[in-house]
Amino acid sequence: MIPRHLLIAVAALLVLVVSMGIYMGRMRRRAGELESPAASSLPVAPPASGPTETVTLYVADDDAGVLRPRSAQIPLPGGRQQRAEELLRTLLRIYQQPGATHPLASTADIRSIFLVDPGAAVIDLNAAFADQHRSGILTEQLTVNSLVETLATNVPGIQRVNILVEGKKRDTLAGHADLSDTFDVTTVVQAGSQ
Amino acid sequence: MRWSKVPSTQYSVQSSQRKIRHWVLSTGYWVLLAVTLLAAAPAPDERHLSVYSPVAVYSLPVVERAGRDYVGLLELLEPLGRVSSELNGRSLRLRYNTVDAEFTVGRTRARVRGRDFDLAAPFLIENSRGMIPLNSLSALLPRFLGTPVSFREISRRLFVSDVSIQPSFHLDASTPPRLTVTFSAPVNPTISTEPGGLRMLFKRDPVVSPGSSSISFDNKTITHSEYSENDGNAEIDVAATDPLMASFSADRRTITITTIQAATTAGTPANGAPSSAAQNTLPPGNPAATGSSSNASQRVLAVVDPAHGGEERGAALSDSLAEKDVTLGFARLLRHELETRGFSVLLLRDSDVGSSLDQRAAAANKAHAGVYISLHATSQGGGAHVYTALLPVEGANKGVFHAWNSAQSQSLPNSRLASAAIAAEMQKRQLPVRVSTASLRPLSNVAMPAVAVELAPGPGGLADLTSANYQQRVASAVADALFSVRDRVGAQP
Repeated sequence: MIPRHLLIAVAALLVLVVSMGIYMGRMRRRAGELESPAASSLPVAPPASGPTETVTLYVADDDAGVLRPRSAQIPLPGGRQQRAEELLRTLLRIYQQPGATHPLASTADIRSIFLVDPGAAVIDLNAAFADQHRSGILTEQLTVNSLVETLATNVPGIQRVNILVEGKKRDTLAGHADLSDTFDVTTVVQAGSQ
Repeated sequence: MRWSKVPSTQYSVQSSQRKIRHWVLSTGYWVLLAVTLLAAAPAPDERHLSVYSPVAVYSLPVVERAGRDYVGLLELLEPLGRVSSELNGRSLRLRYNTVDAEFTVGRTRARVRGRDFDLAAPFLIENSRGMIPLNSLSALLPRFLGTPVSFREISRRLFVSDVSIQPSFHLDASTPPRLTVTFSAPVNPTISTEPGGLRMLFKRDPVVSPGSSSISFDNKTITHSEYSENDGNAEIDVAATDPLMASFSADRRTITITTIQAATTAGTPANGAPSSAAQNTLPPGNPAATGSSSNASQRVLAVVDPAHGGEERGAALSDSLAEKDVTLGFARLLRHELETRGFSVLLLRDSDVGSSLDQRAAAANKAHAGVYISLHATSQGGGAHVYTALLPVEGANKGVFHAWNSAQSQSLPNSRLASAAIAAEMQKRQLPVRVSTASLRPLSNVAMPAVAVELAPGPGGLADLTSANYQQRVASAVADALFSVRDRVGAQP
């Protein structure tokens, strides 16, 4: 005959194993839930912190074929170059929202912006920005004008803008808008206001 | 027996609970409404400071703190020279080129070039950036820059060194009158026409008052001009009884303002950038009348360029329809339409072959064509989109050589004329049209009047893009428009 205390010990161990199993299952489920956002292909940018500032973003509207100025309150870092990058990433996030007036690919991103004195800026886009951009004169030109006008309006002193893709010159954005030449800010702004 | 109504305790508790619930709900509703309205309310008007200097022209946001206007110190100095700064507690040390300065948060006393300087209001730091009061700029900046500074506080315009541009007015009172505004340096205003006059807005040009803010002209058509400054911009308004248009000349140092009617009859409208309103109202002329006045022996050569081709398919208009196929069919129709109106036509591709953008531009330039038409197609929008090159207009007399990337600059006025004519013909046929500018090659590389026409779906949707009937209507509008301006766009040598 099995001693009573042994039966109690085995039963207690069984309860412990079952409860541990249930606990482990829950932990694994929670870990899976935490991992899923990291698997998203959305670009990850370090969030800017600090007080917010009012900036003017020039948001493209495909249907109307125009840029519409939109005020936004965003936290901007101190450095001029970091401010420029955060500014355009904020613009990009508007285009990546569902129902955007000028949709861009969710993987499109600004790799970096170089501010070269005197008055020149270089925007470096990632490959997905250009490769997945819709093809057409109007839609491509609106993208270019939106980037140039937003940058020039909020970062003082920029007079010329060049656009690179993955750090290299590229003929066109998606078959139409010419990226091989420098964009004169005054000409772009004036074209937008007419 | 009489029954009287006795108020029940239970009824009274339920009633007060209902009242409280009602009060909470209605308060919540109004709070929610107020928050929504506040969120939806437009941001207060942003104010700007415009800075004009020999090295950079830029504008900065102006913020109000404790009833005073402030501007960012680093943002102000960065475009003008090399700036480095270090924030140490409440003190900001700054170096501009070789000038050292130190500012302390909450204090008006600062040190610049080793000497004390008193600001008009306390120095502030926001988001790690120093802010200085606007009305201290005229005294503070010369210490950094070593050059004189002129600050117009009311209009918030800051002039570093002597960069101001002075306008002068001359009215030729002959019929029709012509007002010539001459500037001491090239200018690039935004020009808009409106009932009763024409407005020139100088956002990036350091234009200053011509001496008097109001000038009267002894003329019944162009009566007077007003100069004003506001929020970092200068503005010149020309008042007139007839609609006006403006054109640039002398490397954008001269703006000639005349009535639209006079400009079109004299044939001198677009030696520069006509205003958008003027573009829309510019009559393309009667094809028959223009044709009779032109010399029949001078056949205008039109280069028609169906974009893309070969391995370069262009936009995917649908799962099975490529842009290169639509442009080729459209080009053949346009060739026929132009030929029936007396044009010679050079089609840059008549089959599914590819060629580079440089090859296309070189072919058009070598042919010395009178006009170049690039054809595209899109699944977005409707009717047609007409584009001219996104380039600044260059004055004439730049010599025989043109920069490849901006070869189109000198022909832009006539390109815009052709574009406006196409838009007018499209509107006549009740076809939607949009006129714009684009950085598009080889449009910017051709040294002749050049437009790009992007065929968009008609009322029948995407199927219209391959409909011969629809393409025919658009091609006919383009051909009629080019015929109407063929005397302006140039004859084959």
